[in-house]
Amino acid sequence: MVTNLPAIGTQFLLDAAALAPLIPSLERRGYQVAGPTIRGAAIVYDTLHSLDELPAGWTTEHEAGTYRLKKRADDAWFGFTVGPDSWKRYLHPPEARLFAARRDGQSFQIVEENAEAPRWALVGVRSCELAAIAIQDRVLLGEHYGDVIYEARRRGLFLVAVNCTVNSPTCFCVSMHSAPPAEAGFDLALTELVEGPRHRFLAEAGSRQGAEVLAELGPAEATATDRREAEEAIKKAMGGLQRSMRTAGLREMLYEHFEHPRWEDAAARCLCCGNCTMVCPTCFCTTVEDRSAVDGNGAERLRKWDSCFSENFSYIHGGSVRMSAKSRYRQWLTHKLAAWVDQFGSAGCVGCGRCITWCPAGIDLTKEVAALWEPAGPPRNGGHPAPGPR
Amino acid sequence: MSSEENGQGRKPTVAVFKFASCDGCQLTLLDAEDELLEVADAVEIVYFPEATSTMIKGPYDIGLVEGSITTHHDAERIQQIRRQCRTLVTIGVCATSGGLQALRNWKDVGEFVRRVYAKPDFISTLKMSTPVAEHVPVDFELRGCPISKGQLLELISAMLAGRKPNIPTYSVCLECKRRDNICVMVAEGIPCMGPVTQAGCGALCPSFRRGCFGCFGPMESPNTASLTAQFRVLGQSDEEIVRAFRGFSAWAWQFRQAGEECERS
Ligand code: SF4
Ligand code: SF4
Ligand code: SF4
Repeated sequence: MVTNLPAIGTQFLLDAAALAPLIPSLERRGYQVAGPTIRGAAIVYDTLHSLDELPAGWTTEHEAGTYRLKKRADDAWFGFTVGPDSWKRYLHPPEARLFAARRDGQSFQIVEENAEAPRWALVGVRSCELAAIAIQDRVLLGEHYGDVIYEARRRGLFLVAVNCTVNSPTCFCVSMHSAPPAEAGFDLALTELVEGPRHRFLAEAGSRQGAEVLAELGPAEATATDRREAEEAIKKAMGGLQRSMRTAGLREMLYEHFEHPRWEDAAARCLCCGNCTMVCPTCFCTTVEDRSAVDGNGAERLRKWDSCFSENFSYIHGGSVRMSAKSRYRQWLTHKLAAWVDQFGSAGCVGCGRCITWCPAGIDLTKEVAALWEPAGPPRNGGHPAPGPR
Repeated sequence: MSSEENGQGRKPTVAVFKFASCDGCQLTLLDAEDELLEVADAVEIVYFPEATSTMIKGPYDIGLVEGSITTHHDAERIQQIRRQCRTLVTIGVCATSGGLQALRNWKDVGEFVRRVYAKPDFISTLKMSTPVAEHVPVDFELRGCPISKGQLLELISAMLAGRKPNIPTYSVCLECKRRDNICVMVAEGIPCMGPVTQAGCGALCPSFRRGCFGCFGPMESPNTASLTAQFRVLGQSDEEIVRAFRGFSAWAWQFRQAGEECERS
C-alpha cells in the first residue's frame, strides 16, 4: 500500500476489484462520468454510474463497412477498440444553441446561453483518442479564435486513459504516431492485464488530480515483471496492426496528385453521406442555422455538426464550390492529411480507423492513399484542372 | 412574406389542397396543436376542407398541395390552383414524387380498374401517378411520408420572416449520427436507404433499428449505384434491391433509374 501521493509517471498495480471506488471518487469531485458500455449492437460512450456497466467480456470485430459485437474468452473490461462514438460528442456537441433573441418593441434582446458546461470525467480514452483531443485543442482552443463551448467543457475535463492491449484490423495508429502507451495528456492511465482469474491493472497518474484519485484506490508498487508484462501486451497488440499509411512526404504527394485517376475511382464509390466526418474524432466543422418563431417574436441560432460531403457546405454566393463527389472526397482527404498540417501543424488523422469501419460503402482511406501514391500518369488537359463541376 | 410585404397590411392567406393522398400530411398541420394557434394568428387559413367548412376563393398567398396527380380532373385543377397561389408548396411524398400509388406507373392501370371495379366504365384515371412538379412550377417541396411537423413549421416561420428555410438536402446519415444512432447497415447488416435519402425525419427508422425506407426521397447527390453495390455485399437479391428503391419514392427519377438499372442487370 502506497501512503504518500503516488508519484506522477510511476506505474502502480491495482487489482480489478480495487478500481470499484473509481467512479464514486470522481463523482465526489463533481464529475459526471462517461465511458464505454453496450447499447444495442455496439459499444458506445455513455454516462456510467458503476464499472459494472463496462462491456466486460465483449470485443468488437471491425472491417471496412462492418462492425460486430463478439464475446471474448475472458472477462476483460477494455478488450475492444474504438466504436462509432468519439469523445468529440462530449467536448464539441453535435448540436448547441449559440444564443436566442426576443423582440423588444422596435428592437430586440439577445439572451446569452449561459448553461454551465458539464464537468466530464471520461473513462477508457485510448491513446489515439488522446491524440485526437490534442488536435481538437489546437483547432478549437486557438489563441485568437477560441471556441467557448469547447473551451468550457475541455477545461473541466478529467481523462482516464486506457492503453490498448488489443487491436482491430482497421487501426493504423502506429503510422499516425498516436499508438499506446499514452505518454501525456491524461490524469490517469490504465493498462489491463487479464490471465485467467487474475485481473489486474497497471496504473499511472499523469496529473496531481490523477494522483489524488489513484491514492484513494490503494495502489501497490508494481514489480519489474508487472511492468514488463504490460509493456509486452501493448507491444504485441501494436505489432499486429494490419493497416498502415505511408506518411513521409504525404502532404507533398497529395498536393501534387490533385489530379489523379484515383479520385474519380473513389468518387464512384463514395455516397457523400458524411458518416466518415461524423465519426471522425478530429473533424470539427459545423454549420449555423437561424430560426425564427412563427409569431415573429423570438429567434435562435443553432450550431450543428456539418460535413464537407454536403453540397451546402461549400455554398457561397451563387452556388456550391464543390458539386462533384470527386471534389468532396478530395477535399476531405487532402484537408485531413495535407492542408491540416499547414493550418494546425499536424495531420488531422490519428489512425483510429473509424471512418473505415463506419463508411457504409466500406471506403478505406489507407487504401485510397496507397493508390494515390502511384504515379498520376500523364497530365490530362495539359496539366490544367479539368473543366466542369469541381 | 410579412403583412408589410404583401403590401396590403393583412395576414398572408393560406389554402390547403388535396389530390391523390391519404391526408396524413394535412393532418400533420392539424397535429401541430400547440403551434397551430400561433400559426392561425400569423396567417389566415382560408381554404382547408379537411379542417374547416370556410372555403374562401382565391387568390391565395400560400398554397399547400398534398397528393399526386392521377386523374384528368386533377391535371386541370392543379393548373387553376397554380394560377391562384402566389407561392406553391407541395407537401409529402405523393405531391413531391408521385407517392406509393406511382407503383402503378410500371403496371397496366386498365387491368387494375377492370379487376377492382364492378363497372370499370365509370372510372376515369390517368395511366400514371405523377408529382405536382411534372405539371406546374413548384416553389418549394416538403418531403416525407408524412412530412415532418418541425419542417412544416420551419417553412411557415421562414416564409413569414422572409428568410430562407432551414430544410437540409443532405443525407439522413448526418441526422442519424448527430442523434447518436448506431448505424444499422454497418453494425447489423440491415440494408438502409439513409445514404441516398434526404434528411428531415430525424433518422426515425434507424432510431428504431430499422433501415430507412427512403420516404424523404433522393438526397442532393444520391449515389444509388454505390448503394446498390453495397446492398449486394449485404446479400440482397436484385429483386430486394429493386423493392428498396421502388417504395415510397419510387417515381423520383434517381430512385426510378436505380431500380430499373438493377432490373436490367
Ligand atoms: S467516404 Fe464513406 S462515409 Fe465518407 S461520405 Fe463517402 S461513403 Fe460516406
Ligand atoms: S480520418 Fe478516419 S482514421 Fe483518421 S482520425 Fe478521422 S476517423 Fe480516424
Ligand atoms: S443507419 Fe442508415 S441513415 Fe443511419 S448512418 Fe447508417 S446508413 Fe446512414
